[in-house]
Amino acid sequence: MTKVLMKGNEAVGAAAIAAGCRFFFGYPITPQNEIPEYMSRELEKAGGVFVQAESEVAAINMVYGASGSGARVMTSSSSPGIALKQEGISYIAGAELPCVIVDMMRGGPGLGSIQPAQGDYFLATRGGGNGDYRMLVLAPANVQELVDLVIEGFDLADFYRSPVMILGDGMIGQMMEPVEFKTETKHDLPVKDWATVGTGGKRKPNIINSLYLQAEDLENHNIKLQKKFAKMRENEKRVETYNTKDADLVLTAYGTTSRIAKTAISKLEKEGYKVGLIRPISLYPFPNEAYEEIGENVKAVLTIEMSAGQMIDDVRLSLNGKIPTYFYGRTGGMVPTPEEIVDKVKEILGGDK
Amino acid sequence: MAIVFEKTKGLTDKPTHYCPGCTHGIIHRLVAEAMVELGVLDNAIGVAPVGCSVLAYDYFNCDMQQAAHGRAPAVATGIKRVHPDNFVFTYQGDGDLASIGTAEIVHVAHRGEKFSTIFVNNAIYGMTGGQMAPTTLIGQKATTSPYGRDEATTGKPIRMSEMLATIDGAAFVERVAVNTPANIRKAKKAILECFKVQLEGRGFGIVEVLSTCPTNWGITPVEAMKWLENNMIPYYPLGNFKKPGEVE
Repeated sequence: MTKVLMKGNEAVGAAAIAAGCRFFFGYPITPQNEIPEYMSRELEKAGGVFVQAESEVAAINMVYGASGSGARVMTSSSSPGIALKQEGISYIAGAELPCVIVDMMRGGPGLGSIQPAQGDYFLATRGGGNGDYRMLVLAPANVQELVDLVIEGFDLADFYRSPVMILGDGMIGQMMEPVEFKTETKHDLPVKDWATVGTGGKRKPNIINSLYLQAEDLENHNIKLQKKFAKMRENEKRVETYNTKDADLVLTAYGTTSRIAKTAISKLEKEGYKVGLIRPISLYPFPNEAYEEIGENVKAVLTIEMSAGQMIDDVRLSLNGKIPTYFYGRTGGMVPTPEEIVDKVKEILGGDK
Repeated sequence: MAIVFEKTKGLTDKPTHYCPGCTHGIIHRLVAEAMVELGVLDNAIGVAPVGCSVLAYDYFNCDMQQAAHGRAPAVATGIKRVHPDNFVFTYQGDGDLASIGTAEIVHVAHRGEKFSTIFVNNAIYGMTGGQMAPTTLIGQKATTSPYGRDEATTGKPIRMSEMLATIDGAAFVERVAVNTPANIRKAKKAILECFKVQLEGRGFGIVEVLSTCPTNWGITPVEAMKWLENNMIPYYPLGNFKKPGEVE
């Protein structure tokens, strides 16, 4: 298949359609507007439906209804809009409905800025809404990976009956790179016999619901959900590692920031430093083993984020005090430069090469 | 012996949790009967709200989804867009539809979504224990208007049907009551007409049903029927606000 040059946000739309998504409900917010714009242009041609909702709250509840009716469905937004969707995401997780949610993160808190940021890590990986739930959170670092994760995200959503979040940022949404669309399914997907499609007079009614008024029933439901999250932790950890055995220091970063870290590593290597990288691709489940397997000679781990430090909590939990951890982050839409990272590494290692 | 009346197949056999004298039971029956009479029960998908009728998903004998508070119209939009040939309805109370869900109900009317809404207005929050609703009457006592609703600080009761009737995409809007046998018959007729508007693909339809809440009004069921007639109907006039013209 030939590659085409596409902007990240438009590639999300094309990937969703390639994956069989035929329903999209969204609301405008920068820097992800090219996703709903693409879907409004292309989805109907593929026999699908695009609805511009009156709000992010309405959009995510339309996703609930469509998913509960058996459809492959997606919504997208950026940080403040994703905050608004949390009510619906919690209901979707509670009712065990599959869908793909794209968050092209921008600066915060509040209205923040429209520049790229990574301040939604907690919101995404901890289950941003009420109650005990998690969802699969996948963080692409380039447009091809964005396409691949959106396509696989639909399969994972159907397989686990769970929302899947694609966590990008304004930079990955706006950049153009060559991509191709591969749609082979890796999972045997279950039949959606739970969906509301009308009984046809042939079976008892299907009910899509997250309400359990009896405490013991709700606890049992939670135990079932926790087993599902444990299965995700067992099977869905994804990570890219580089030179984590022999390095003096290991950088760790996800998404856009990991690319800047790679540039910093090249610069440092030219100066004789040995620096490794751990790039989590799945943020939930977090690939903790990659940190546990770091070589004994590694003196420190430096976490780089476009936030004041969120993923570093998971890095610390994974390292469990084994190695000193450091943090370097920029916020508000400021993007760290490779030079800043190089300086921070030199500061940590001192003269140690 | 000939059967002159039997329970509709549109309802399950599950006993309802509604208080004695509550009119949700009557309204459930009317909705269920209408679905059976129109032959749509087997392809119906309903949406239950948050509020007293949250458990409607256990009572209607068709596929159901339970929606977040006020969001039933958005959920129904998702359902109907996936299954345009299914019969889709929401069943919502006045806290759900006239307060937290105003944006959702206004915009399904605005988009002319082709489903039907049953809006049960009892002028109070029932499930949470009798708090003031946007529909609570001036002077009416509620647990959050203990001295009676004060217009100066809380405004006047909101008339949803009149407001929705101003929106082009709302094809059918009617307000009915279930306080007398005659009114119950009229309510049934309005629900049937509203559902037909959906089946004909003519736009969004809503029937507002004035209902009682003896428990939270603090009066007997019989007194509640009278209170509805003497206080609610004068402020919330019954009748059709909008219906599609004859088919050309």
